[in-house]
Amino acid sequence: MKPGLFRHLTIAAAAITMAVGVSNSDAKAADPIKIGSFLAVTGGASFLGDPEKKTLEMYVNKINADGGVIGRKLELILYDDQGNPANTVPFVKRLINDDKVDILLAGSTTGSTMAAIPFVEKAGIPFISFGGAGVITSPVKKWVFKTPHTDTLAVQKIFTDMKARGISKVGLLSGSGGFDKSCRKQVQTLAPGSGMTVVADETHGKGDTDMTPQITKIKGTAGVQAFMYCGFGAATSIVAKNYKQLGASMPHYQTHGSASKSFIKNAEGGAEGVRLPAAALVVVDALPASHPQKKVAGAYKAMYESKTGDSISSFGGHAYDGLMIAVEAIKRAGSTDKAKVLAEIEKTSNFIGADGIYNLSASDHLGLDEASFVMVEVRNGDWKMLK
Amino acid sequence: MSADFLQFLFSGITVGATYALVGLGFSIIYNASHVINFAQGEFVMLGGMATVFFYGAGLPMPLAMAMAVAMTIFIGMALEKFAVEPAKGASIVTLIIITIGASIFLRGLAEVLWGRNFHSLPPISGSDPINIGGALVLPQSLWVVGGTIVIVITLAWFFNRTMTGKAMVASASNPLAARLVGINLKFILLLSFALSAMLGSIAGILIAPISLAYPGVGIMLGLKGFCAAILGGMGNPMGAVLAGLIVGISEALTAGYISSAYKDAVAFIIILAVLFLRPNGLFSTGGTERV
Repeated sequence: MKPGLFRHLTIAAAAITMAVGVSNSDAKAADPIKIGSFLAVTGGASFLGDPEKKTLEMYVNKINADGGVIGRKLELILYDDQGNPANTVPFVKRLINDDKVDILLAGSTTGSTMAAIPFVEKAGIPFISFGGAGVITSPVKKWVFKTPHTDTLAVQKIFTDMKARGISKVGLLSGSGGFDKSCRKQVQTLAPGSGMTVVADETHGKGDTDMTPQITKIKGTAGVQAFMYCGFGAATSIVAKNYKQLGASMPHYQTHGSASKSFIKNAEGGAEGVRLPAAALVVVDALPASHPQKKVAGAYKAMYESKTGDSISSFGGHAYDGLMIAVEAIKRAGSTDKAKVLAEIEKTSNFIGADGIYNLSASDHLGLDEASFVMVEVRNGDWKMLK
Repeated sequence: MSADFLQFLFSGITVGATYALVGLGFSIIYNASHVINFAQGEFVMLGGMATVFFYGAGLPMPLAMAMAVAMTIFIGMALEKFAVEPAKGASIVTLIIITIGASIFLRGLAEVLWGRNFHSLPPISGSDPINIGGALVLPQSLWVVGGTIVIVITLAWFFNRTMTGKAMVASASNPLAARLVGINLKFILLLSFALSAMLGSIAGILIAPISLAYPGVGIMLGLKGFCAAILGGMGNPMGAVLAGLIVGISEALTAGYISSAYKDAVAFIIILAVLFLRPNGLFSTGGTERV
């Protein structure tokens, strides 16, 4: 295995430096800080794992080039679990028992994160996950954190916007993917408390190419004031196109699952007027200079896009925030002592990341609130920030 | 209410026409080889994706489409030549598994080559909906339906009026006799892969403005097309077309009138029912068991 070979090389390198006598007297201090990771680099969830891997590699190299953390280099040990929880378990065991990592920054999907948690909790290693669902940190697990916003926050943000506009009756359409279903559940759970009524609740299948029957039905539902879509990928654009085709005129909301430029481009005008909550990173160009995240998110975007040639996605941002929170905590702890690092991660406050502003504590292992989303509307084919 | 019905109906016909085109591809290859080519959905994907990228590279649209079809035909023939033909003599199940492998390979290739993002193709004649009896229909839907009709008529002519087409029908109904009268079965098999790759890519190009193009677009279309082929009686091209339309329309009507939650179940329920009641397919005349 490559990581193993790499480990031997670093040990050899450390031995040589020691023999030459360049390094400081404390051999321990020259050991790299081991960051363990398992991501869905390939497979169906690779759209998550691929930017996460690139981000981790890019910034680990950058940090090492700048002299490392507390005088030690970072070493990334990364396995591809293809987003499949069955693959995750052996990798987690290997990272914990053989690689003896200091911290885990891993888990592209909720499934693989949940599969890893029992082992991580038992071994007592700080673990920052990039998985989406709220279940990862709610209820709080001692060693487990996560950086991505949850769909709960997104739905709350949408409901806040609707309420401000006097909308209380929503027609919901959702897809059949994990993201879509979880979002639909949040809408159903949060609606009563927010004074919202879901008057229509339609779904469509994976890979469907035409949603006009569902939208026609929602349009014809008595009392409906706004249309909301929970979904991801190509379906977001298809829904927007169908919506325009049917000449529907009520307000159209989608979620952060649609917050990508390809949503606007491929909807061919259908996205005009669609409102959605987005991570600051995705809409960084539309943010005013005064926005607290403008600088951090802008710098990450510039670096990612120039190094990889890919356009930015919020997923890489999850990895960026996870890595930076970990690095800051290790700096403050002054060591990689796991309990100390854990305590310092929990002390993270007002940390400005690409995804939002984190305020972690022993009782909140996500640290983001509704304010981490920016409500935007599509105007003239671009994002326009709403007040 | 009737405007709603028309809306559902047009949606069903558009979607059904794409199922029909994919189903046709399944049928043609099955006829020539008894292989169910599960890479059929990937031919659809390749047609759409390749057009997007040839067009994006600056080629005029008609040329981009032609290049995409040519490329897919080439890939279809390569699939036959390098994966199916060398396994000659292997059991049908082995051959089917080879096509499943090919489909995963092609999807992966598209991801590596063109990325995982989704793309759109400009509709052939604009995106202003046409009002038909209160239902709003995109011009592209008419292109899909029209394209399907043209293809079906052309195929009917090809199979019934040309020597090559007749040779394909002959080798489907009796391979041994066909070989005895001098038909080159190897060539027929190659031709059937080329033909169904062509059908798939044309379907992909026609529906790309509606379904968008992305590496995974062929998975579900392939499955639904397979349903159409089974429903129409495997190896019965016209049956596949009718069955595709039936599946598409019943899905749309279920979503519209019953519940969208049961929409996808409908196709599979129809298949189960047909397999129980008419194992040779909805449109088979029955009785003529081919061995």
